[in-house]
This record gives sequence, C-alpha cells and structure tokens, in this order.
Amino acid sequence: MSDTLPDSTAADAAETPLHDDAQIVARGLWKRFQQGSGPSFDAVKGIDLEVRKGEAFGFLGPNGAGKSSTMRMIAGVSPVSDGELRIFGMDPAVDGPTIRGRLGVCPQEDNLDQELNVFDNLYVYGRYFGLPKQVVRERAGELLEFAKLTEKSKARVDELSGGMKRRLTIARSLINKPDLLLLDEPTTGLDPQARHLLWDQLFRLKHAGVTLVLSTHYMDEAEQLCDRLVVMDKGVIVAEGAPLELIRAHSTREVAELRFGAGEHAAHAELLGDLGERVEVLPDRLLVYTEDGEEVLARTHERGLQPLATLVRRSSLEDVFLRLTGRTLVD
Amino acid sequence: MSTPASTQLLASNTTEVRPLTRVAATRLLVLRNYIVYRDAWKLFLTGFLEPLFYLLSIGIGVGALVDSFAVGGKEVSYATFVAPGMLAASAFNGALLDSTFNVFFKLKYVKLYDQMLATPLSTGDIARGEIAWGQLRGSSYAAMFLLVMLAMGLIESWWAVLALPAVLLIGFAFSAVCMAATTWMRNFQDFDKITLVQLPLFLFSATFFPIDTYAGPVRWIVECTPLYRGVVLCRELTTGTVSEASLVSVVYLLVMGVVGLMVVRRRLDTLLLT
Repeated sequence: MSDTLPDSTAADAAETPLHDDAQIVARGLWKRFQQGSGPSFDAVKGIDLEVRKGEAFGFLGPNGAGKSSTMRMIAGVSPVSDGELRIFGMDPAVDGPTIRGRLGVCPQEDNLDQELNVFDNLYVYGRYFGLPKQVVRERAGELLEFAKLTEKSKARVDELSGGMKRRLTIARSLINKPDLLLLDEPTTGLDPQARHLLWDQLFRLKHAGVTLVLSTHYMDEAEQLCDRLVVMDKGVIVAEGAPLELIRAHSTREVAELRFGAGEHAAHAELLGDLGERVEVLPDRLLVYTEDGEEVLARTHERGLQPLATLVRRSSLEDVFLRLTGRTLVD
Repeated sequence: MSTPASTQLLASNTTEVRPLTRVAATRLLVLRNYIVYRDAWKLFLTGFLEPLFYLLSIGIGVGALVDSFAVGGKEVSYATFVAPGMLAASAFNGALLDSTFNVFFKLKYVKLYDQMLATPLSTGDIARGEIAWGQLRGSSYAAMFLLVMLAMGLIESWWAVLALPAVLLIGFAFSAVCMAATTWMRNFQDFDKITLVQLPLFLFSATFFPIDTYAGPVRWIVECTPLYRGVVLCRELTTGTVSEASLVSVVYLLVMGVVGLMVVRRRLDTLLLT
C-alpha cells in the first residue's frame, strides 16, 4: 500500500450501487488515525463492499485487521478519512442521526448503563430514538422476554453474568427495530452455551429479515451465521464470498492434521509433501490439504512414519485465512 | 421458534423513530439522570444542608459579633449579607458535583457517551444535556436555600424573585466550564486541581466579607473571578440594591456558560468521534 491517501477517483461511485437494495456501499473506504504530529496509522486501506437488504454479512480477520474501524465508520461514529460510504443511500457525515435512527449497534465491549437497572437500560435507550414512552415500555418488556431476562428486569447491571449482559446489549440494539444490525465480535468471551443461545437469537433475527453485519475472529461463527463475508487482513480485503465458496476456492475438501514430536514438523513436511495439494507447517502440527484425508493417513503409515496424534476434518475458513495470509486467525 | 409474535417483534420497522429537536434531546439526557437519582433523593439533602450550616454558624453565630454594615448604600445585618453568598455558593457547589466526577466516570470508565452516540443523539446533545443536569442540580439546592432565606427573613426586596433565574445562570456557567475542564482530566488525582480552585473561590469571593476588605490589585482580581460575579448578583437581588452594573455579572456568567458549552462539544467530538 502507498503511504499517501489515494485520489478520490471513486467519488460518487458509492451513489450508484450494483444493487438497488444495497444498505451499505463502500468504495475506496479509508481510515487513517493521526495522533498529534506523530506517525499516522492506516487501519483501513481503501476497501470496497456492498451489503444487501436481508443479508448476513461478516467481517472475518485477526485482531487489528481493521474490522472494528470499518464497523465504527458504518455506525457513523468514526469520520471517513477517504473514499465513499453510503448507509441506506445516505452519507454518515451529513445524515448521521437519521442513519443511526435506523441502525442497531452492539459494540465489542458491553457499554450498558451501570447506573440504571435492566429494564431502564432498555427504556432510556429507546427514548434516545425519540420513541414514545408507551411504545418503548411495551418493546422493552418484549425484548426482555426475547433475551430471557424478564426475571432480571429490576436487577442492577453489575449483578448480571457475562452472557446476560451480552443478551441485554443485543436486546438494547433492537429497541428501535433496526433495519441494519451491527454486531462487533458478538460472542467473544462467552462460554459455549451462551454462544449457542446467542446464535439462535441471531438466526431468528435473520429469519425476521433484519440485515446483519458482524465482525468476528471465530471461523465457526462466520460459517454458521454469514451468507457472505470478507476476509480482512492489515486493513485490506483479501477474499470475499460465501463461506463455502471461499473454502472451495482457497482450500481443499479435507485436511489431515498430523502431530509429531517437537521440532520434527519441518523435516516431516518434506517427506509428506507429495501426499496432498499443499502442506502447512504450524508450530505444533502439520496440515496436509487433500481431497481424501484418510488416504493421507494411510500412506503416512505406509512410509513408516508414526504421528503422535492425527485428525481428519473438513476445511474451514481458518484454512482459507491461513492460505491467504500465511497466519492463523487467533494468534 | 419463530412464532408470528417474535417475528413481528424482531422485524425491521423504524417508522416510529422520530427525529429529536435539541430541546427534546437535552430533556432525554436530563430524564436519564433523573431516573438514576429518583431513588437516591437523600443524596440531594447534603448539598442543601451544607450552605444552611454555614449560614447558621457563620451568618447567625459569628454574625452576632458583627455590627450591621452597608451594602450598596443600604444598612443590612451580617446574616442578610452572608445568606446570598451561600445562595450563590450552593448553586456553584451543586453544579460541580455532576459536571466533574460524574462526567469523568461516564466519559472514561463506563463509556456512557459512546452508548448514546450509537443512537440519534449527537455530541452537542450530550454537552447540552449533561450541562443542563449539573445546572439543575445546583440550582435546586439554591432554590431550597432561597425558601429558607425567605422563612428566616433574610430577603429584603421583591427583586429576590429574580434570584431564581440568577442561580440557574450560575449553575449553567459553572456546570459548562467544569465539564469542559473535566474533558482534559486523565485520572481521579487530577481532580485535586479542581478542589484547589473550588475552596478559595468559595472562601474569598466576598461570600463572608465585603469586597472592600481587599485593596488594590487583589480587589481587581477578585472582581474578575466568576463566583464573585455570582455572589454580588445574588446579593444585589436579595437586598434590593440592583443597578445597571448588575448586568456585568449577568453577561459575564452567560458568556462563561456559552463558551464552556462550545468547548465541551468540541472536546467530545475529539475524544469520542475518532
């Protein structure tokens, strides 16, 4: 990437999306952070994307890939450094309040109102949207039901568990019945049970026709929830497509994982290099990319090699990411 | 799972979202703070009792040792002199409570304003709403104190009716400037600096003794400080010694509040919209 911001050749391009029902259109979107007179940092470097109505769209990438910066620009709380961004066809710099009135935002860290009880968190937040008292009261009650928090209605926020806080934050983001819901790392820090409950709720939202945009560094989450996703790394989009498409395009059907003794992996990779389309050496194991994982294991044993542990699995987005960037997602 | 009811609950429908006017948005911020304090009204008692204790101990107690003296050419008792000072100081101290520690807590620790900015609310709405709340808290103490003054016979003139808008003005000016200062605070230790300013302002703004005690440049300096302007304004109103010069205090406090408000808004933009 060049050190200077590109010319706005994409100017106004965002006003002519490919699809009429595009809810987010970004062309050459750029985010540069400048701290005083120190060196600047480019978090997002000219990305293009389009999210259509009713879609579940994901940003997948490791920490620092530029996912949150992009989400903050879409949420209208972070000025765009360069390029074009249109949400519902409007410019966040001009129509911020109108856009935010139609958005639901679930931030990475729960920023619930610690001084209000559970019900009032929903009630007061709903009033910020200019919703009438009676409407907000009814919806707050319904959303507590949806979030399975009805019994905690009068509880203080700090009495809630991590999973409950997350559910309350998501319920809060639905108080205005948003057209577009932004979820930044929705299940980070949750235990498996809480994650599945949350996924179920997000599925229900998707079925109700709400456009979902989420960022995650969990491959399984992206595969489960997203119709389409972009893989981001160091501020750029390195791949785009449906999860299965991406796996087909950038990986094989199966992966054989072989664990040998410490320090032996690189040497064994050379011995097994011809067994699959590609071999990745990780610190603790070898990944052999192949159409038939069991076949790879059988031929490994035929050659007299004795791995300490083996696993055959289907390719995942993790493999796509590894292929595209040479790194694992969560490091 | 997706019963008709839940589909209806979840389906997008933002037609009921209404654009907020500035006044409505400011009121919502005040509403939020009101709900927080609704069940904690006892906290408000201390802010009211503090100036009352000063009035009783110094105004009445020490006042027994002091002869009456002239304010603006009018002979008044010492208690009548001290009471408007406490009136202004109660609005001042009350406004500081919310616009310093509480604002800092919301801004840096619980990220309350980030939450608000995900809604149609703007940094301007947050600035106006929080300053208005600090102002209302300060002036509610002062309003109660004003009633005490009336009951104790420490009000000398009908001009005192205007003391209510005067304490609102004092609350606005200090709430705005203190919130602006708070945006530069890095940790709770930094608030020592505010205490360092708050106490001398309270003691030396002609609250307990007349301005002519000071000589030369010291008097000039005191006359330029904001709480002094608030104290003399309240004193002129409750003793009925209003003159055209009173307008100086009104304009001073108004400008102070408006500048503070503008600074708060710009600082919130810088800190939160990154």
